[in-house]
Amino acid sequence: MTAKPMMTANPAMPVVSAQDVHKWYGQAKVLNGVDLEVAPGEVCCVIGPSGSGKSTFLRCVNHLEKIDAGRLQVNGHLVGYRERGGRLHELREKEVAAQRRDIGMVFQRFNLFPHMTALENIMEAPCRVKREAKAVVRERAMRLLDRVGLGARCDAYPAQLSGGQQQRVAIARALAMEPTLMLFDEPTSALDPELVGEVLDVMRDLATSGMTMVVVTHEIGFAREVGDALVFLDEGTIVESGHPREVCARPRHERTRAFLSKVL
Amino acid sequence: MADVSTHPGPPPIRAVPVRHYGRWVFVAVMVVALALVVRAFWGADIDYSVTLRFLTAGNVLSGLVNTVVISVLAQAVGIALGVVFAVMAMSRHAEVRAVSAAYVWLFRGTPVLVQLLLWYNLSLVVSTVTVPGVGSWPTNQLITPFIAALLGLGINEGAYMAEIVRAGIQSIDHGQSEAAQALGMSPLLTMRRVVLPQAMRVIVPPTGNEFVSMLKMSSLAYAIQYGELLQSAVKIYSNNLAIVELLLTVSIWYLALTSVATVFQGFLERRFSRGVMGNGRPSVRSRLLGLGGPGTKGAVR
Ligand SMILES: Nc1ncnc2c1ncn2[C@@H]1O[C@H](COP(=O)(O)OP(=O)(O)OP(=O)(O)O)[C@@H](O)[C@H]1O
Ligand SMILES: [Mg+2]
Repeated sequence: MTAKPMMTANPAMPVVSAQDVHKWYGQAKVLNGVDLEVAPGEVCCVIGPSGSGKSTFLRCVNHLEKIDAGRLQVNGHLVGYRERGGRLHELREKEVAAQRRDIGMVFQRFNLFPHMTALENIMEAPCRVKREAKAVVRERAMRLLDRVGLGARCDAYPAQLSGGQQQRVAIARALAMEPTLMLFDEPTSALDPELVGEVLDVMRDLATSGMTMVVVTHEIGFAREVGDALVFLDEGTIVESGHPREVCARPRHERTRAFLSKVL
Repeated sequence: MADVSTHPGPPPIRAVPVRHYGRWVFVAVMVVALALVVRAFWGADIDYSVTLRFLTAGNVLSGLVNTVVISVLAQAVGIALGVVFAVMAMSRHAEVRAVSAAYVWLFRGTPVLVQLLLWYNLSLVVSTVTVPGVGSWPTNQLITPFIAALLGLGINEGAYMAEIVRAGIQSIDHGQSEAAQALGMSPLLTMRRVVLPQAMRVIVPPTGNEFVSMLKMSSLAYAIQYGELLQSAVKIYSNNLAIVELLLTVSIWYLALTSVATVFQGFLERRFSRGVMGNGRPSVRSRLLGLGGPGTKGAVR
């Protein structure tokens, strides 16, 4: 594995560590005790029926949502809180923003900034958030665009790109912050079938390079081929987890079996 | 595209267009109405040479400059206040939202003319203004007609701009600010770099309207002795009694100002539609004018 060196002393420390994570909206329990560990360089795929809480869990990992109970750590740091004197203190907006810099996120609907070109989309955060030199960022952004196969389209606006191209730019944009963890929320489910492959290729390449990834996906083929772990989430709990090929071939739970028979 | 004349298929359709007879009736009515108005003005005892002569009179020109100055500055104050109070209106904290709501309620709910007169007579409320550590001044020296007009028009405008800016911000998909936040951008940076630039497309057209009405609303500052366009006309016609002639003079100038503002508004609208045009390609017009449409990298900072 060529995972980036962790900032922490313990190299075996998981990148994501969720212990009994709960989240509810009013009366509705959305996450109901999620336990999950993702090791450095690991690709963890998350599957589950609609409404099972997959997106909610990903959003909790970079604190776009607050968790209501349990522990959630990224790179050994509590997400959104600081522990002092045995109590949890909420972090300020600025501190939460600083935590998010190390976590890249790719959305189902791309969410590129429509008023910026592909290149400007990628350069925005490194220039404005990390305050890196423009020339350095531009060079890295062009390298990333080349890597996702879009070097020639650097001056195109999102509206001028196909869905697959937009999603590849979105991946490059997240990578430009040099994150230690990448979150993908159904990155291919808003795409026409013939465009899915080009995005999965980029993600496969990223996995091979040693990036730690949590991928919510309905692409079981991708999970089986690229994933190191597959978890099946249903009604806010992880019903089953294991090696993707193992889970797909011999699901232990009835609910997993029922779900897989529908998507395979 | 294939040349129509060599088109091999069936002959092109030559249909009889629908006749819009109502349109002709409408035009006729309008022409008659216009003729009546023209006749009234023609028959009246108006010396148009006076109207034209005073277009470039020194007093009128300085009034014109003051009208432009107060309108631009008051609109700028209004926009700045509008952005601040719009952001406050969407705060997570109820007390911040309440302050914004109270501001809009108060300044949108009272006549501008009353507000102008109140600002102008502020010395009747507070006699001295004290800035701790800097100094203290008598209010009636501080509140000149210009300052009173700026405060009155600007703060009133802010209440309207707050609503316009809020509508603009709320028109932007929440996924945009989520994507920005996920990149580690602070709420302020997200607002400044991602949300506001896109909201501009929704904000600019009504702001243009606001500015056009500000140009005319500034004439209310006549009531507090600010030397704007209307006041210059009143001063002149109270001497020479050419009342209608001079009111027409300033009307011509107001029309000229609002026309220029309208052209400028169109320019801004094209500037802020960057990257979000129908099919993502720049219009021929925006390319000719070198405006920042897609593909014109130079216009992008
Ligand atoms: N902001 C919210 N307020 C209230 N309920 C919410 C909110 N966001 C999500 N939910 C609810 O939480 C549940 C889980 O939603 P989530 O988006 O995590 O599901 P998902 O597994 O990602 O589904 P899908 O496959 O359709 O994307 C759903 O029942 C949804 O209605
Ligand atoms: Mg989802």
